[in-house]
Amino acid sequence: MKSLIRFALSLPILLTCLAGVARAEVIKVASASMLSGPQAGLGEMIKLGVQIAVEEAQPRFKEKGFDLQFSPQDDQAQPDVGVAVARRIVNEPDVLALVGHFNSGVTIPASEVYKEFNLAMVSPGSTNPRVTERGLNNVNRVCGRDDVQGPVGAEFAINDLKAKRILVVHDKTAYGQGIAQAFRDKAQALKGQVVGFLGTEEKTNFQSLILQMRVLKPDLVYFGGIYDQGGVLLKQMRERGITATFLGPDGLESSAFIDIAQNAAKGAYYTTVAGPVEKYPLAQAFADTFTKRFGRAPEAYALYSYDAANVVLAGIEAATAANEGRKPTRQQVAEAIRKVQREGITGPIAFNENGDRTQADYWVVHFEEAKYPGKAVKSITSAPPAKK
Amino acid sequence: MTPGWIIAVIAAAGLASGGALMAWPRSTWPLLGVLGVLFACLSVRGHKSSRFAIALALLLFFIPAAGTENTFLFELVTQMGIFAAMALGLNIVVGMAGLLDLGYAAFFAIGAYTWAIFGSGQAAEFMSGSFPLAGWPYFYLFSALAIITAALTGTLIGLPALRLRGDYLAIVTLGLGQVVRVLANNLDQPVNITNGPQGITPIERPPIGWLLGFMRFIGLGDNPALGYAIFFYLLVLAVIGIVVLVNVRLDRSRFGRAWVAIREDEIAARASGISLTRTKLQAFATGAAFSGVMGAIFSAKQLFVSPESFTLLQSITILAMVILGGMGSIRGALVGAMAVTLLNIEVLKSFSDFLVDLRQSGYVLDLGIVSFNFANLSDQVEPAKYERMIFGIILILMMIFRPSGLIPESRHRLEAGSEKKDGMTG
Amino acid sequence: MSDALIELLPSVLLEGLLLGCVYAMIALGYTMVYGVLGLINFAHSEVFMVGAVAGIEVYRYVGPHIDNPYALAVVAMLVAAGVSGGLAVAIERLAYRPLRKRGSTNRLVPLITAIGVSFFLQDFVRLIEGLWHGEFYMNYPADARMEAVHELPLGMTIQTKSIIVIVVTAAMLLGLDHLVRRTRLGKAIRAVAQDLQTASLMGIDPDRIIARTFLIGGALGGVAGVMFGLLYSQINPFVGFVPGVKAFTAAVLGGIGNIYGAMLGGLVLGTVETLGGTYLFFLTEGAIGNEYKDVVAFLILVLLLLFRPQGLLGRTQGDKV
Repeated sequence: MKSLIRFALSLPILLTCLAGVARAEVIKVASASMLSGPQAGLGEMIKLGVQIAVEEAQPRFKEKGFDLQFSPQDDQAQPDVGVAVARRIVNEPDVLALVGHFNSGVTIPASEVYKEFNLAMVSPGSTNPRVTERGLNNVNRVCGRDDVQGPVGAEFAINDLKAKRILVVHDKTAYGQGIAQAFRDKAQALKGQVVGFLGTEEKTNFQSLILQMRVLKPDLVYFGGIYDQGGVLLKQMRERGITATFLGPDGLESSAFIDIAQNAAKGAYYTTVAGPVEKYPLAQAFADTFTKRFGRAPEAYALYSYDAANVVLAGIEAATAANEGRKPTRQQVAEAIRKVQREGITGPIAFNENGDRTQADYWVVHFEEAKYPGKAVKSITSAPPAKK
Repeated sequence: MTPGWIIAVIAAAGLASGGALMAWPRSTWPLLGVLGVLFACLSVRGHKSSRFAIALALLLFFIPAAGTENTFLFELVTQMGIFAAMALGLNIVVGMAGLLDLGYAAFFAIGAYTWAIFGSGQAAEFMSGSFPLAGWPYFYLFSALAIITAALTGTLIGLPALRLRGDYLAIVTLGLGQVVRVLANNLDQPVNITNGPQGITPIERPPIGWLLGFMRFIGLGDNPALGYAIFFYLLVLAVIGIVVLVNVRLDRSRFGRAWVAIREDEIAARASGISLTRTKLQAFATGAAFSGVMGAIFSAKQLFVSPESFTLLQSITILAMVILGGMGSIRGALVGAMAVTLLNIEVLKSFSDFLVDLRQSGYVLDLGIVSFNFANLSDQVEPAKYERMIFGIILILMMIFRPSGLIPESRHRLEAGSEKKDGMTG
Repeated sequence: MSDALIELLPSVLLEGLLLGCVYAMIALGYTMVYGVLGLINFAHSEVFMVGAVAGIEVYRYVGPHIDNPYALAVVAMLVAAGVSGGLAVAIERLAYRPLRKRGSTNRLVPLITAIGVSFFLQDFVRLIEGLWHGEFYMNYPADARMEAVHELPLGMTIQTKSIIVIVVTAAMLLGLDHLVRRTRLGKAIRAVAQDLQTASLMGIDPDRIIARTFLIGGALGGVAGVMFGLLYSQINPFVGFVPGVKAFTAAVLGGIGNIYGAMLGGLVLGTVETLGGTYLFFLTEGAIGNEYKDVVAFLILVLLLLFRPQGLLGRTQGDKV
């Protein structure tokens, strides 16, 4: 009730604000990532990366008579919240394109809603193959895919780490389960022994799983999922004396992983589609701006969301130009975004007919100390695999 | 009986706010005005046909006319309708029969999955045949089927409930509601029935060629997104109409009287020849049925279902609607559903967006003595994320200060003051 | 394989015991309140959660000043006990007592209020922690001395912090037993539990006794929160729900209203859950992992209420008219 009253009181302020900007035509770029909940650390990085890109572009848009606004949304890493957010975004006609979502399990259902309204999205980190393989013309991503990332991890586990007995655990999301399967299939093809493949939604108490490890005796545990769960699992494994090497996918790519796992993070490996910031020479200027603006250093996914946002903005600008300087439709923006070719801070960006980046990087990162960022020990660049 | 001039005022207000909404479809005030008039139509007494005419004019003319400019209006009212049907269903169980059901969202889930599994490629995972089932009869067929599956589940969950009273029943329904959610989460193995936490998407919708044809005819073009927004709006209104009718009929039938009788005093009811088992089962099944059909509609509208949509929070949301409106009161359930949905998807979210805008713009509020720069406002202050807190406060305050709700059940008003003494000493 | 499974059994039981300690401590809060008021205090799971959060604040603010991790754990438990106990009393005073005073007939009214309090507290803690620290997912810090692993016979290993959990639980249970059986307060609590009206005629102030009961139950819940944090490290405002429902199941399992039943129920449930979670995977050859363990707990609860509502140690009680 109280907030209702406060809302009523604040409406006059809102209306004055709106009246003040009503003269310029409004274009909104939305971001959708997890701003609250256990994965908020990573989601915040994505939001801030987009924010820098939008703030840099605002003067450009102003010259052309547009008021460019940024609308950050929170999908809480949950598919149903993501769909509700999507429904809200599509009903706001000033939003012409969106950067997000992060979790593939959220991206896939949300993109079905965007498709209905022709709203273009560029994901900074949804790596599941199904995100783009449905052939939707409004869905793009600036990162790699799990049908490459999973095999990269499996090759590293078997050829470099010499793993003999591998236990694969996943979080049952589209992302975690998908990459765990890709990892397992490649590991088995390389003659590795997978002693177990199991999904768990457990977030706090992994004792049963750890007791099972004592029987299965893996020398490598692959965790397909996000750091909020993986960090706790790793910490409890080490506490109970399980010494198997820990390997995961890009879901572990966050400083929050270290905050959760603490000393147990030492020695862990992860594969990622977003390499450490210092590996991207072009990103230095961005990193400086970011640090100055927000008082902390950007993490890898901030670079990718910044690039994704710049692709979105370039698409809007191209569509505006093609529309003789008038505000373009969502359809026009979606078509323009698919055609964008530009040099991003993470390398050249262009999309193939499915919306996959034509050349994407894959890394293996090692936490030599329990400290973020880890050290990149391997990197390859690959085109998306041909459709089966 | 309300004096005639009040109805005239409501009619005038309806006309004014409806017209304003058409003129400014994106503005908040006309929308609140229209909803206020709808509230008024529900809460005053007498003049049934005039109130009905006013509400109908708003719902079938003014809101759709404005909605073609702002599809969010359709979204909002459709959501209200979906929740209203569930609130009416839960009202039968909690309000009329006095059985506290904390697992009510489970029936919504059953309905949603009934259509989602067969209206997508999911069914092909565990049975042969060609899926999804597209084409016009299937969706309606499965909506009807959803009524049956939900009612059956209601009976199944109700069966153990029969032996229990009051608070134990609440805990058991909570547990069984969670069981349904955990099953939806885990029946992707060994046979993939529900696709687990990943949910099912995309889900087929019934073809709406006829509606698009009509839209072309009146010059609205044939944008399918707008078409489906209108379609689900009309569908939900129609279903709500039926549900309200059924509720009113039931309330006045021997079923309704039997439910109230067991709520007031089980032992006396049994002594009067009411079969407790059958009566409670009927309440559970009827309440579940309403939720089931809306579940099927929800899955088609949303294009997606996942187990996380059917948590305890969802059950409590619906409970808060019933409590706010008034337990046992049909109009109360409608008002409660409208108010809570409005709060949930419009007021809190716009307030959050508003704060985000202020924060981004670095607006400084200068009140002379104190000034506050909104750029320093913590991003934890987002009203839309504190729905639990809001529902909690609604439940506590209503229970302490107005346990019979905003629009108390008419029966209660008749019996006011005849409460017996017993207390919580049990 | 089966040899390995048998060898594992003692370790599984030990893990079950640890989990059981947490459940037992929470279950006591449910059962004591139910004993005196006949109310399922739905908000008790949040009292537990607040204890865990209070503990982490101690680690944040006092931790840097105390080098002894054992003393720090004790301080955290004491503070958590105080905060949770106080919170439980406040809930009783602000939300339940007004209803009791009104003499409402409807048993649903206090239960719905309790649900409201529970939901309110989840988001309230979230808001406070969010404003205070910028996020509401928190981790108990690891300390090498607390994590030290000791070898036990039969292939079991135990950490120092687990020993602390077991010792504290045992001490609290013995203390509670003494309090209920041997002190005036205990006698008064038992009297109120038996018959509130008669007890008040005998010169007992029921409000005061009810408040004390909430205080004791809440304090135990708060300590359980810290133990939970020490054992499983990650804490958030929504962490109370699942252990809360499990502990309630444990209380019913032991016979609600009976404090020894709650202790026994907690230990049994913790053990059953860990056993099922660990061995179902092997028995079904990997088809079923531990995802059904919550279902198992709920089903136990439903079956119990249906067929033996008085629980393991409870007595049958007819419905009062």
